[in-house]
Amino acid sequence: MDFISNHAVLVVSLIKIAVLLFVVMTALAYLTWFERKVVARIQSRWGPYYVGAHGLLQPLADGLKFLFKEDLTPPMSDRFVYTLAPFLALSLALTALALIPFGPPDVTVFHQPVFVVSNSNIGLLFLFAITSIGVYGVALAGWSSNSKYPLLGGLRSSAQMISYEVSLTLSVVGVLLLAGSFSFNGIIERQGGNLGHWNVWPQIVGFLCYITAAVAETNRIPFDLPEAETELVAGFHTEYSSFKFAMFFMAEYANMLTVSCLATILFFGGWLSPFPASWTWQLYLPGAGLFALGIYCLYDTGTKLRGIAQLQMAVVTLLCLGGAVICLIPPVMPYVQGPFWFTTKVGAFIFFYVWLRGTLPRFRYDQLMSFGWKLLLPVSLANLVLTAFVILLVKR
Amino acid sequence: MNFPVILFFICGAIAVLGAILLIVAKEPIHSALSLILVMVSLAILYLLLGAEFIAAVQIIVYAGAIMVLFVFVIMLLNAGVEERTSFSKMAKYAGMPLAIFLLLEIAHWVWHASIGAKVANGAGAAGAAFSTRALSLELFQQYLFPFEATSILILIAILGALVLAKRSD
Repeated sequence: MDFISNHAVLVVSLIKIAVLLFVVMTALAYLTWFERKVVARIQSRWGPYYVGAHGLLQPLADGLKFLFKEDLTPPMSDRFVYTLAPFLALSLALTALALIPFGPPDVTVFHQPVFVVSNSNIGLLFLFAITSIGVYGVALAGWSSNSKYPLLGGLRSSAQMISYEVSLTLSVVGVLLLAGSFSFNGIIERQGGNLGHWNVWPQIVGFLCYITAAVAETNRIPFDLPEAETELVAGFHTEYSSFKFAMFFMAEYANMLTVSCLATILFFGGWLSPFPASWTWQLYLPGAGLFALGIYCLYDTGTKLRGIAQLQMAVVTLLCLGGAVICLIPPVMPYVQGPFWFTTKVGAFIFFYVWLRGTLPRFRYDQLMSFGWKLLLPVSLANLVLTAFVILLVKR
Repeated sequence: MNFPVILFFICGAIAVLGAILLIVAKEPIHSALSLILVMVSLAILYLLLGAEFIAAVQIIVYAGAIMVLFVFVIMLLNAGVEERTSFSKMAKYAGMPLAIFLLLEIAHWVWHASIGAKVANGAGAAGAAFSTRALSLELFQQYLFPFEATSILILIAILGALVLAKRSD
């Protein structure tokens, strides 16, 4: 006990990192399930269905498959860089999540905030620093494979990430001007009140630029040129197999998660509730939401499923109902509010990503470049100048 | 020895190691990677001195932008393994003594400076509140001239790049 109170920062940080890694890894696995299910719905298919009830065990099966596959290294590749690239991609993508506050900073254990691993007062800058070196994973993977398609994919993706990073950063500066702080909690607390105070309203142009640049930055459709199957086989990770490929895969989803969290924090009030604090019934919402989900699962278990799937769904039902009961215990209730709203908003962004993938065709490469430099960059610059002018006029 | 001082020595060692690797490595990409290692460990040193903003900007600008372009160009040109030549006469008779003199001078100053104490003090200052307003006031009042001079320098470089790119047609 003495050790813990003497080294509170160390012990609490390590526990937070372990919990965050566990939660994020599980979330990443189930993001693949979510994406496959939603895209399947958009295309009138069922998606994963046979491994577990509603394919819920599919991510586990995929993970095992990746572990047991043969790990091939091309003989002419640069071995060290070839191995380094996926590690770089995944570890940077996961490090970025350490800066994200998932809930209010006033919930503390041993004077350490619970919902954020690193509560830096220049969090936004550090996040950009980490994501800006994320491009190396992709570029080095393309180069070290010593093969034509990966090299082309790596080049394309480096060019794309450099180009869109400029607009991404510029589109966020408007929010910085409004908040006057680089700290995530500072930016969030300035948007307090109700959903009318969110940054998305004064910064609607900045938000549109941000979300476009963010989709391009994470190499997702309609900007997934680096891995355009029809031209480049699989782009920079063509030569990768087994768990190294899985690491790139997870890094892509982790990046998606990071930019969604960032959009939530900067433009949609982070962990704040959209309703004014005087509406006390909103405290019951997390429990009620889980309860509704549990009831749906119960209906599903009882009527549609048979055999082992029925048993698995019963477990899911119990988990939902148990979670609902925990969320409704009065001492617990205030603490689940922040994470509840945060995950709900991030979930909406993830759905938007998947929706885009199910809807839009891919850009051509020259269209991508001229769109980034000739439209997105000037618009985000103009937004920045306009915001600065308005702030100056209002303050006078 | 407290934690920041140990971290200082680790990062310093990594930076020196990266710098040596940068010169020794035969593949251009390995050299570029070593330079990135140097940049990142320098950023951590800035962080230990309490200069959070400089640390973040160091990574964003040097590791995240300039070195990406280096790697990009190396990949685009598909540069092969470097050729090695022996020392030129110039390097032998002028370069080596100068290098040894520089090392001696650095050693002298390192001997007389109490870096450990400075790192410890800097780490104490890192807890101070950081505001964009204070930063901008310093940048646009106290350091206005160097800031503008650098901006004009960058502008000239951009114009130079434009002229070079346009010359072919």
